[in-house]
Amino acid sequence: MAFVIAAPCVADYSCLEVCPVDCISPGPHSAEFDSAEQLYIDPAACINCGACVEACPVSAIYKKELLPEKWAHYAGVNAEYFEQARDAATNKEPA
Amino acid sequence: MSANDLRVAIVGAGPAGLYAAGHLLHQHDVTVNIDLIDRLPTPFGLVRAGVAPDHPEKKLVIDRLFDFYLDHPRVRFFGNVELGTDITHEDLDARYDAVIYAVGASDDVSLGIPGEDLPGSHSARDFVGWYNGHPDFRDLRFDLSGKRAVIIGNGNVALDVARILTLGPRNLSQTEIADHALAALTRSAIEEVIILGRRGPEHAAFNNPEIEEFADLEGIDVEVEGVDFDGLSEQPVWNVRRKLKTLKQLAEAPSGLQEKRIILRFMTAPVAISGGAKVAGLKTITKTASGEQANTIETGLVLRCVGYRGAAVLGLPFDDARCTIPNEHGRVIDPNAASSGVYVTGWIKRGPKGVIGTNKKCALETVHCLLEDAKAGRLERSAPEIEGLEALLKQRKSDWVATDDWRRIDMAERTNGADQERPRVKISSWNELLQMATS
Repeated sequence: MAFVIAAPCVADYSCLEVCPVDCISPGPHSAEFDSAEQLYIDPAACINCGACVEACPVSAIYKKELLPEKWAHYAGVNAEYFEQARDAATNKEPA
Repeated sequence: MSANDLRVAIVGAGPAGLYAAGHLLHQHDVTVNIDLIDRLPTPFGLVRAGVAPDHPEKKLVIDRLFDFYLDHPRVRFFGNVELGTDITHEDLDARYDAVIYAVGASDDVSLGIPGEDLPGSHSARDFVGWYNGHPDFRDLRFDLSGKRAVIIGNGNVALDVARILTLGPRNLSQTEIADHALAALTRSAIEEVIILGRRGPEHAAFNNPEIEEFADLEGIDVEVEGVDFDGLSEQPVWNVRRKLKTLKQLAEAPSGLQEKRIILRFMTAPVAISGGAKVAGLKTITKTASGEQANTIETGLVLRCVGYRGAAVLGLPFDDARCTIPNEHGRVIDPNAASSGVYVTGWIKRGPKGVIGTNKKCALETVHCLLEDAKAGRLERSAPEIEGLEALLKQRKSDWVATDDWRRIDMAERTNGADQERPRVKISSWNELLQMATS
């Protein structure tokens, strides 16, 4: 179980500022932020506290099982963002 | 006011200006009083006049964030005040410890092709301003009597425009789309919208959430042309892979089932707009595996969505190549003037890119510079004996719109909206806006 950031996200990062476990990316200090289309929640790290839901100024964050039908695929999108980031980091390491 | 207090003017009440105001209000060791100046009688910039009416979620940023800044006791709104006409940079420079320009990008990139100025060829700014009830654009007329419209460019604005042209009154009538636009679109004969992209889908300018939405458009087929998905090389960037996956799904979905369709045509460059008294067609060249293919698309409506660009601000330096005000982390660099305390944030600082929240980080950087300069004593403090902005405007522009005046407009729009089960019914003429403000 985890929270998921869906299509309305405007990358305001208020969510990230209140997240107690720092599971939201990319943050404003990351080089990636300026071209970020949206932010993502790492389902492997999210502790399901819901603090981000209140903080989000566009109500873009949902409990996974409560995602509106049209945004149901965002659970996969959020997870995939972190998987590809971890893969990319692994590939960069020298063999 | 203590010596530690700061008086800051912010020009532009869009997301860039409001995020800057928010950061200034959040300071604990310095009290900042802010005057927020806008050319329009209405605040919120492109959140009100840019974000498409069928994306009401994004406009929540007003209710859930920007309203708190606007209504803050240390913030005053001065709407209907135009820089260069009603007040000058010098007026502000003399009255405030610092001035932040958050004026956005008020010009358009042009195509530089023949026929661009024919009636029937418009910029995205015109069309978007028109359907969003921006008072400068409400009297424009768009020829929606033909069956086909062509959009040049495939960024998020292009997708917005394509949706608004095809969604139809069933989907639009419950939104805050301007009434004049809803009426015109209800009579529209347009059945097909072609979106042209010069390059391949791996370079598409739209964002993922926006293109993914195209899979669910009610009553609209979406087709993808000019893409050999099997021939595309493996993309190193995940964002791009996400886009290609969506496009492939759109391309493979059954088509020809709906009344209307949007065609995403890639590898196709516009060459010339043809027509006599008005637009009759668009000549294009499509790159294919076997060479170049010329084509003329029959259409009476061409909308250029190829980007915005910043315009110079009177009294400030301007970088003609980048179309921004030259700055270092938000501090304006002016080789010809010793003036301190001038800052920029948002699109006029970094160019027209990013989403709403990109401005939050951008404004924080600018505000940090401003506070650093204040602490170091580098700001030329405003002279206390000079009359304030209010007194100046009483002489020059007595019908400026204050926060309470805007709230009258806001309340009227929301009340009328509630009657029609819409978020608001926009007031879109200058006269009506100013009348409501003073009612």
